[in-house]
Amino acid sequence: MSQSSSNDAFVEFERVQKSYDGENLVVKDLNLVMPKGEFLTMLGPSGSGKTTCLMMLAGFETATHGDIRLGGTSINNIPPHKRGIGMVFQNYALFPHMTIAENLSFPLEVRKMGKSEREEKVKRALDMVEMGAFGGRRPAQLSGGQQQRIALARALVFEPELVLMDEPLGALDKQLREKMQFEITHLAHRLGITVVYVTHDQTEALTMSDRVAVFDDGRIQQLAPPDKLYEEPENSFVAQFIGENNTLEGTVKEINNGIALVQLDDGELIDCKPINVSKPGERTRVSIRPERVEYNKDRMPEGAHTLKAEVLEFIYMGDIFRTRLRVAGNDEFVIKTRNAPDQVRLQPGTQIEIGWLSEDCRALDA
Amino acid sequence: MSDTTDTGPVLAADGTPLKRSLSRALRRQKMRALMLIAPLLLFVLLTFIVPIGQMLFRSVENDIVSRTLPNTVIALQDWDADSGQIPDEAIFTALAIDMQAAAEAKIHTRVGSRLNYEKPGISSLFRKAGRKAKKWDLENDGPYQEKFIKIAKGWGDPEVWRTIQTYSSKYTAGYFLNAADLQNGTEGPEWRPENEQIYITLFKRTLFMSMMITVSCIILAYPVAWILANLPSRSANLLMILVLLPFWTSLLVRTSAWKVMLQQQGVINDTLVWLGLVADDARLVMINNQFGTIVAMTHILLPFMILPMYSVMQTIQPTYLRAAKSLGATNWTAFWRVYFPQSIPGIGAGSILVFILAIGYYITPELVGGTKGVFISNRIAFHISSSLNWGLAAALGSILLVVVLILYWAYDKIVGIDNVKLG
Repeated sequence: MSQSSSNDAFVEFERVQKSYDGENLVVKDLNLVMPKGEFLTMLGPSGSGKTTCLMMLAGFETATHGDIRLGGTSINNIPPHKRGIGMVFQNYALFPHMTIAENLSFPLEVRKMGKSEREEKVKRALDMVEMGAFGGRRPAQLSGGQQQRIALARALVFEPELVLMDEPLGALDKQLREKMQFEITHLAHRLGITVVYVTHDQTEALTMSDRVAVFDDGRIQQLAPPDKLYEEPENSFVAQFIGENNTLEGTVKEINNGIALVQLDDGELIDCKPINVSKPGERTRVSIRPERVEYNKDRMPEGAHTLKAEVLEFIYMGDIFRTRLRVAGNDEFVIKTRNAPDQVRLQPGTQIEIGWLSEDCRALDA
Repeated sequence: MSDTTDTGPVLAADGTPLKRSLSRALRRQKMRALMLIAPLLLFVLLTFIVPIGQMLFRSVENDIVSRTLPNTVIALQDWDADSGQIPDEAIFTALAIDMQAAAEAKIHTRVGSRLNYEKPGISSLFRKAGRKAKKWDLENDGPYQEKFIKIAKGWGDPEVWRTIQTYSSKYTAGYFLNAADLQNGTEGPEWRPENEQIYITLFKRTLFMSMMITVSCIILAYPVAWILANLPSRSANLLMILVLLPFWTSLLVRTSAWKVMLQQQGVINDTLVWLGLVADDARLVMINNQFGTIVAMTHILLPFMILPMYSVMQTIQPTYLRAAKSLGATNWTAFWRVYFPQSIPGIGAGSILVFILAIGYYITPELVGGTKGVFISNRIAFHISSSLNWGLAAALGSILLVVVLILYWAYDKIVGIDNVKLG
């Protein structure tokens, strides 16, 4: 899915830039191609430009430079109401003076649809989000989760091909959020709509999306499917931003046959997979995922590189154990192990040896 | 909970009913709240509610006749006004006693002018009779019927006596009848002669002009409030200062400025003449009429419309408009179907404020209203300070109060008072 050519491109950003004040670029050179039916998430910290991109696509902001295309035609000069893009807002933006049914009927009314057809579509959309009995209520009488469903139904009721969602689950509690994540993904796949989803919650991005675009500093840092994003981050921002990550700082000694020899700051030498380091002498951040680190000697994989570590803290989290270690001068080195009957619970103060495979250890930019 | 499902009140831990122990627990809080509002409550009670109550009471109070002419009032009780006969000697004797006492105390003219409100001409009857009555020897100077009629023929008119009889009770609806252009006729209330009817017209004009002022305020204030609510806060604050600026100038100055602007030799007329749009001998009459009053009052009351509108519009999030547009609504539809309905509470609050202020406005219509543009409040002020007919002023004021309350009630029925928001 990630190898989309511009032939099946549905949404395209080409060299798009955006500045609000004429001095700083909020979006710097954005290029993005989305095929039809894809669920793409724009993920990034606040101020990274993701929401601005969404607003440019919806038509509420104009691009300072570049071209945005929808279904092959440039939409730069098309006003928002003619773009036919459904949108779910962060605070739902349900019209408080209308009932739920009137809210849903609104996009159909402005399209001059007949009354019977309207009623049928509203009913179908309400049933779709399992809110059939709530048509006569006002938005204020619904809970956050129910309002969320209505907002979704309203964005879908006029059958747009593209739906934009701007942190739609931000205001919900954790359990409801997880439930809605699944519902939205299932609905999107069932209806075959294309979705651009904006969030700053990485779990949401990973669980829902076909592809995730990680934004920082007005650029897409990496655009990849969730598994690739997590396991093969292309730079240290992505490695830090997605999931938990251990970093060790050091200097590249040599790069041979796809293996980089890195000298950590305390003198230890380790083998790493070079990702965006190119020559010896460069500073680097070595990144290792906590769950790829092994301390049980019996399970240590073949050819693993080992390091000495001191246990600082052991946290029992139910399904997993989270252990904080001091490794090569870093006090925040965390490992995660599954709670299994034969798993050793490490006591703080003990000295252990930890190890990992060199391909799990990625040398990234400093 | 299970033990409270049976009948009887819920009990607290010590066996007292829960309601009672709750109210005891809250009593301290209530007392403290009462103490906090007590100063204002006393102030309002003493300086506002009591004087207003007294003023309103004046609209029905009428003890001047029975106080000044006690014997006459008693003697007149059995006299039949419809017989067409003038009262007998006994009644005239009673009047002579009362008149002498009143003339000595120099209060006979007050009764005269009070009754003159109801029947013009009575005032002079009392003045003339009082002058003579002072010198009478009451025991021996009778019969008084002839004497009174000799002093002034009016004393022989049964209608005069009817008026005295009608207004001899302690309370009267006379002021209210008067305020509604009615009078006490032979068969109950009847319309006053065509040329004496002024108050109904004035009430109608006051209501109509207040509505016109409210509507012009809505039309002018809405776009301003919208801009205020949608500008970045720095520029919004600047604009807000401009909106409030008129409050820093005296009301009189602002009203006089309109006189300068609108009069026939004023700025606007001069400009129009200079531009050749209006002939020099056909200058527009824009002041001392309804137009002038509406213009000046709209200007003065505009901030009271802008402020509530602004504070309501500020709470309408811009995402609503965006949502409407993303759903396919044009700018106009998005405004009319989504933004406007949410701004109605602001319009409602502003309208009530402006309308109620306008309906009782006095100084501006007095200055720029001429004769065609004055309000009922100008008439009330006239009766308070010039004609000294406080009872009539009080009756007009009461009617105005009732009209406002009725309109308020109607507004609540039609729009709903909880649909009014000041922010």
